[in-house]
Amino acid sequence: MTSQLKWKFIIIFTVVVVCLFGMFGRPEVPTSGAAIKQNFVNNIKLGLDLRGGSHLVLQVQLEEAIGMRCDQAIDLLTKQLREKNVGVGEISRVDDTHILVHEVTPVTSGIFRDIVSNQFTDWSLAAAAGEASGYLLTLKPSVISELRQQTMDQALETINRRINALGLSEPTIAFTGRSDDEILVQLPGEGDPTRAKAVIQAGGQLELQRVADERTYTSEADALSNHGGVLPPGTMLVPGRSESAAPNTPSSTVWYVLDRSPIVTGQDLRNASTSPNSERPGQYQVNFNLSTAAAARFGPFTEQQSQLPVKGRMAIVLDHQVYSAPEIEGRIDDTGRIEGNFSQETANDLALVLRAGALPASIKYLEEDTVGPSLGADSIREGVRASIGSLIVVMIFLVIYYRLSGINAVVALVLNLIILVAFMAMSGAVLTLPGIAGVVLTIGMGVDSNVLVFERIREEVRNGKANVTAVDVGFDRAFLTIIDTHITTLVSACFLFLFGSGPVKGFAITLVIGLLANLFTSIYVSRAIFDWHLSRMERQAHLSI
Amino acid sequence: MEFFRNVNVDWMGKAKYFVALSLVLLIGGWVSIFAHGGLQYGIDFRGGTLVYVRFAGPAPIDQIRKALSEAGLQNTSIQGISGVANPNSKNDVVIGLERKGQADDTALDSGKEAILGALTKTFGTDTGGKPDFNSASNVQVAAYLTQRDPLVLGPTAGDRYTQLAQKLVASRDADHGGIITNFPQLAGVDAASPAVIASLQNGFSLGSFAIRSAEIVGPKVGAQLRRQAIYATLYALAGMLIYIAFRFEWVFGAAAVIAVFHDVLITLGLFSVFHYEISLTVIAALLTLVGYSMNDTIVIFDRVRENSRLMRREPLPEIVNRSINQTLSRTILTSGLTFLTVLVLYLMGGEVLRSFSFAMVVGVVIGTYSSFGIAAPIVVAWHKFHPNTGAAGATPGRNLATARR
Repeated sequence: MTSQLKWKFIIIFTVVVVCLFGMFGRPEVPTSGAAIKQNFVNNIKLGLDLRGGSHLVLQVQLEEAIGMRCDQAIDLLTKQLREKNVGVGEISRVDDTHILVHEVTPVTSGIFRDIVSNQFTDWSLAAAAGEASGYLLTLKPSVISELRQQTMDQALETINRRINALGLSEPTIAFTGRSDDEILVQLPGEGDPTRAKAVIQAGGQLELQRVADERTYTSEADALSNHGGVLPPGTMLVPGRSESAAPNTPSSTVWYVLDRSPIVTGQDLRNASTSPNSERPGQYQVNFNLSTAAAARFGPFTEQQSQLPVKGRMAIVLDHQVYSAPEIEGRIDDTGRIEGNFSQETANDLALVLRAGALPASIKYLEEDTVGPSLGADSIREGVRASIGSLIVVMIFLVIYYRLSGINAVVALVLNLIILVAFMAMSGAVLTLPGIAGVVLTIGMGVDSNVLVFERIREEVRNGKANVTAVDVGFDRAFLTIIDTHITTLVSACFLFLFGSGPVKGFAITLVIGLLANLFTSIYVSRAIFDWHLSRMERQAHLSI
Repeated sequence: MEFFRNVNVDWMGKAKYFVALSLVLLIGGWVSIFAHGGLQYGIDFRGGTLVYVRFAGPAPIDQIRKALSEAGLQNTSIQGISGVANPNSKNDVVIGLERKGQADDTALDSGKEAILGALTKTFGTDTGGKPDFNSASNVQVAAYLTQRDPLVLGPTAGDRYTQLAQKLVASRDADHGGIITNFPQLAGVDAASPAVIASLQNGFSLGSFAIRSAEIVGPKVGAQLRRQAIYATLYALAGMLIYIAFRFEWVFGAAAVIAVFHDVLITLGLFSVFHYEISLTVIAALLTLVGYSMNDTIVIFDRVRENSRLMRREPLPEIVNRSINQTLSRTILTSGLTFLTVLVLYLMGGEVLRSFSFAMVVGVVIGTYSSFGIAAPIVVAWHKFHPNTGAAGATPGRNLATARR
């Protein structure tokens, strides 16, 4: 054996050892057969389609967050202008990012401009088209994009906290990268995501608001007509369930007139827990505690309200829905409760959502893909069986057709698979069902490379070349073809990886790794074995091909 | 052993038959596509709901259809699953619910709930309020067992019941395909003593069906995925065209891409004829077939490039014929083996890979054929009508020999 050939085998041997270690030797060096198997199972990351689980794609309604910013600006602007005695007509909302201020009194327009440019730095001010004394406020594009990013980050964080609180194992929560308002949630092992979905989607926005009007109304129109068409300043209408309704009757909606600015919001919560409802057996309630700062506001407020001739009422509003509006009996410092038709599980989930914080905007589900664990197990079994089945068929054929050289091809194929699987294990790439199909295809490409080389060597032998020359020329000629075919397929596999989604990506990963491994085995390893064989045989002996 | 030796076929002389054959396949397939009102997209491209249900016995498809229509569900599809390798497959059924138009997407999973509700109404047994073991999670089972304590472990139980529940559920899923018909079937699980089995029997009912998977895609995402798949394909084709044009001559690149297009179009036609749907995985298969067909074409073109250097005085059709004949042995072998591989995948790979492997089985045959039947004749025909484009003059294809070697 020449020293060059010796080096080739040392390199090949090293690759094999590293690969076997990567598959079986990590994370701890195994000492028993069971440990080897366990290492292998731990090292190969299976996709949801193989291990079972739920894949959810949800969309954050970013316009809501922007719209909310617009509403806040209108509220603040109205207040500021009133304080500074700036005379304006109507302040109207054009859309989520535009506010139109009508008829600013000319004398005070200087003060108006000052207020806007000093305190509303997120907005740019311009004269309104077609109105002599009107102004248009536009939310700056830089602020919009910052707000979108902030909302997405906050949504991701909130969902993360909620999922972790649910105690599901190894969840993935990430941006999809497909569109800037989508979040991907993967819950391995979760065969029925109904509960997780409800928890993720819950708004969780808690507000305690003072009830501004003793009465409740059966419709919005009813409430408006009772106030002469316009609500009292600083109040809003919020729907809720009628409290007088018996527990099991279909709930009728009633409307409350509440103070616009809440006394306490979800951000003031320190903790939330559940307990059985003492008055309604079988139902549960959610209890919450306020932070010290909020308690310092809440205590005096409740004390004052309870001492009024007609005791004040406090509405507990969750996601813009009044849950209850009890009378304030006395001073309350830092506790409260939410009552409703809750079972133990729904109450637990609500407490969890309150603890994890509110979503900055509501979300919609775009996609759900759930694979039960039993189907995943079937797919693994069938996929592996198909791969091994086809591998055996191909190997038997190669040995029959090419005899000793066929064994060479079989070695190259097996090594190809070892490298492929080891790379999957070491890189942490996820094996999916289409990924198994990619493995099968890699087998096909590996066979092709060997067939190309062998057919070429046969041709050269037929043309009367000596064994060494025939092998040399065969590999040389086939080399170019193999490179061309592999690069073309690699090009398409790379595009698949870059532009494809989910399952297509899984397929591209194994294909790319397989193709690269194949270049190594069919050109380098196969050649080394041929050279070794040639160096041991008689010059005139017949080449077994 | 050797199958082919010194083959001498005049492939280019038969080009007109190949073109005729391709036209027949193309027109046949696309007539079928138009007859079916366009390509049949899978749920992932169309938007809608797909629920894969396994029944305890053979799936009563007529009853399922009745149950769904009684529940007022329209645009449903019910497909039984027939598999050579899967003995349980008669019990499986895939129920699809199409989302017509731009239905309100506030309740994306209403379709799944509606299907489930309809099935429960018809096939739900009287459970007496007991939860269904076939759809219980291991947490549910563990909570029940811990509460009942059938092994009388008391405070020493620790996480024994959690582990036992995991084993029981795993046995249901792995050994019994996700659905058991009576509790003694679980007796094989270690620590599942008769007391445990009896306790389960007391606390749980056994539903006659179980959901194996559910896929729900909003209409917007469907359209987005479709667009993404088309772009990925076009980019991949453009990338290959550029690479081949760089390695050979632009007409070779164009011929290879046309041949590949031809393969994809014929395969799509056959998908329609055999009522397979185009899903994301099928797109992966189509792209693989693109790569495979390209592979085959390049092997022949490589040989043409080499031979046009050796046979300067021969006309191009002769060179191409010789190249195809020389590589024929390799072509048949590789295609034959790849065909075997994907055939095994088609027969044994399970339902989820069925349409993928169908595309591959068809694609291997068409892809091999198009290399000599379409790609090579295009190159020959182009050089016949443009004899003077080659830089080297009178012999077409000679410029190849000097160009890149």
